[in-house]
Amino acid sequence: MVSLQLRNLNRLLLQSKLNREERNVSRLNSAADLERLRQEILAHRDPNKPCVTICSGTGCHAYGSEAVYEAFVKEIHRNGLREKIDIRRTGCHGFCERGTLVVIFPEEICYLRVRPKDVPEIVSATLTEKKVVDHLLYEDANGQRIVHEGEIPFYSHQSRIVFGNNRLIDPRRIDDYIALGGYNALAKALFEMTTEQVLSEVKRANLRGRGGGGFPTGIKWETTRNAPAEIKYVIVNADEGDPGAYMDRSLLEGNPHSVLEGLLIGAYAIGSHQGFVYVRQEYPLAVGNLNIALEQAREYGLLGLNILGSGFDFDVKVHRGAGAFVSGESSALMTAIEGRVGEPRPKYIRTAVSGIWQRPSNLNNVETWATVPLIINKGAEWFTSIGTERSKGTKIFSLVGKVNNTGLVEVPMGTTLREVIFNIGDGIPGGKKFKAVQTGGPSGGVIPDSLLDIPVDFDELTKVGSMMGSGGMIVMDEDTCMVDIARYFLNFLAGESCGKCLPCREGIYQMLKILNRICEGNGREGDIEFLEEISEVVRDFSLCALGQTAPNPILSTIRYFRDEYEAHIKEKRCPAGVCKALIFYYIDPQKCQACMICLRDCPAEAITGGKNLIHIIDQEKCTKCGTCLEVCPPRFGAVSKLSGVKVPEPVLQGTEAIRKRGKGK
Amino acid sequence: MSEVTLIINDEEVKAKEGMTILEAARNAGIDIPTLCYHEKLAPYGACRLCTVEIVRGQRSRLVASCVYTVEDGLIVKTESEPVIKGRKMLLELMWARAPGVQPIRNYGMRYGISGVQAIRDYGITSISTTKFEIEPTFCILCGLCVRYCTEVKRENAIGFIGRGTEREVVFFPEIARKECPNCKECYSICPTGALPSHYALAEARHST
Repeated sequence: MVSLQLRNLNRLLLQSKLNREERNVSRLNSAADLERLRQEILAHRDPNKPCVTICSGTGCHAYGSEAVYEAFVKEIHRNGLREKIDIRRTGCHGFCERGTLVVIFPEEICYLRVRPKDVPEIVSATLTEKKVVDHLLYEDANGQRIVHEGEIPFYSHQSRIVFGNNRLIDPRRIDDYIALGGYNALAKALFEMTTEQVLSEVKRANLRGRGGGGFPTGIKWETTRNAPAEIKYVIVNADEGDPGAYMDRSLLEGNPHSVLEGLLIGAYAIGSHQGFVYVRQEYPLAVGNLNIALEQAREYGLLGLNILGSGFDFDVKVHRGAGAFVSGESSALMTAIEGRVGEPRPKYIRTAVSGIWQRPSNLNNVETWATVPLIINKGAEWFTSIGTERSKGTKIFSLVGKVNNTGLVEVPMGTTLREVIFNIGDGIPGGKKFKAVQTGGPSGGVIPDSLLDIPVDFDELTKVGSMMGSGGMIVMDEDTCMVDIARYFLNFLAGESCGKCLPCREGIYQMLKILNRICEGNGREGDIEFLEEISEVVRDFSLCALGQTAPNPILSTIRYFRDEYEAHIKEKRCPAGVCKALIFYYIDPQKCQACMICLRDCPAEAITGGKNLIHIIDQEKCTKCGTCLEVCPPRFGAVSKLSGVKVPEPVLQGTEAIRKRGKGK
Repeated sequence: MSEVTLIINDEEVKAKEGMTILEAARNAGIDIPTLCYHEKLAPYGACRLCTVEIVRGQRSRLVASCVYTVEDGLIVKTESEPVIKGRKMLLELMWARAPGVQPIRNYGMRYGISGVQAIRDYGITSISTTKFEIEPTFCILCGLCVRYCTEVKRENAIGFIGRGTEREVVFFPEIARKECPNCKECYSICPTGALPSHYALAEARHST
């Protein structure tokens, strides 16, 4: 029986493959050919035909989206619905917290946390009887269930102009992208616009680099375009290395053609015929989907010689990074593409003028490239109508950390941090208090709650001592120690500094050592000022942006949370109760009910006592793992975490516990 | 090549276009400290000790003079307050890494860094008297040997491995065994004298 099913499944998969190959793949030789192909694809698609889309981005993949997909294939086949229902594995939808996400079209019924065991119910109820499966729906705080994807607050507060198509297309099928108007912008640029017009459109749109610096993209393009050289390069920077950031990854995985189309348009405007995509080796799905996309684009004549019959030639090479954070820096990235160790160059000449093999090389981030087709399609006026005075359009953030709705969020520039964290992110889990949000990755800074209402754009974030970066947003609650956070980021940077220049290599290392000693309770008077002094030199003297921005985590935590540093140094107290050397666990003899739970669970066997005898923590043996605090029944609440005070004298061993009588007394 | 005039420390200095600030200054007899500069090698910009302040209009900026090329009318200050402050810090940091190494000791003396001062003022020979904890090595990672072998000798027998503070200079035994015995020109270019030990290490590793 099982083998029969498997054989059926295999046949099914094979057939779907054949179906795809049945339609003639022929080269497109004009804009009209592209339009004809689009009409042909659309003619084969019935918008009312039910379609099950399964998010297959990295987050959902980790939740087992592949098994969900297989379950759907099997179940739909078993019910004889194969002809009536489409199944599609799409790119990342963004609501990663609740994966695997399944959306059923045309109604856009959104099911969250779908597991393979839920599939038969979805097929029988929703697909067969048109009934909604209640328990898989989004449920808000009031118990209200929401059926449609777009009405879930996480989505309804966003405006997903760049990221939105991810959920509609199978990234491995170029036809899905073309059906939605893909490569329209390219055709428009090639046939209806001169290279100058394309450039001026991007300049007027005031698009700024999404990778971190916020440099105006149009001006960068112009520099490369005007640089005197025969051969020029355009590059996609997909070396996303910030801890917790994955928006570029999801875009490249989920909609590689949008990045490619942007790159093609840029190459056309700049006069480049060779592109590179520098993508992390650690992103196998992105590399895989990108390579498929390139292959399909070549087959259609959207890449290669004489693109769409326009006479414009362009091709792309994928360069997989070897895993160095510093390779995201433009000159280091280009050195790596040349085949050498990815270390930054000390030159004061822009890579836009002298980059790969000393040729003008225009580097933009994944998201920047993906935004370009939108600007060409809809025009600079449309684009500049979104955003703030000096930052236009939208930005994708990866909202992670202590926030209810972890995921990828796209909002217009100028949206406040509060809206992002509380309306979209649904606030802090467990009723904890918000403390700070870290933006801009390791080079960025923390922003405290007093500044939650600032509009998020390039300039505002810089003003408060952080930066946009590539869009990482790490939310922290009251249980986060800010000295420890600075230490975490410095530790990351110490490991990622290439070691070429002295201030970055030695400065970060020494700053990390000082932070370590503060966290260990050995901080000295004057350490804060000393950190500031080193920071200034590392910032001003380092060779590349990694070193120049490395002090930011320290400077911004000192700026907003100086009192926490002082508590660590002067009182040897960690206010958030994080730094292990400065905390201890204590069992209140008045409250201990001698229940034996903590005593049994302590992995270090550091708790003594016994039946009816008050439990005592042996501070020498205690590893401060916190298990006792976790397991002590809340109605007793006998274990507490203390910092900055002396360990109270323990009661004599063998003291009998004072038992509470009855409940609630 | 056309000539440009720039002002270094209030002094008018003439230089050829395309020259770096460092070259122009040294030609004019103005000394700027360096650890990783060598006239036979391409500018490396790694030690940052040659950092100077340049002023254009109202704005001033710190740049590495071994890389920054001269411009007509450029105002350069090689010993301004932020420059000195930074240089001292860099030397303190380097002292913690390679205390007592000759070039660091010399510059340390000139800029009066704490480690050197302690030795001079109090005759203290202990090296634990700086602002930072000391983890001594002999190599200052100036890269002169690596670059000399690559750029001048074109042998690539020496290279860096590791990153951050884990970075170190190594001889690659496969190449070194063939090329180094008759060359060893890098020995004389090494400012610290640490290189022969790196070579010995490679030899020892290879023979075991």
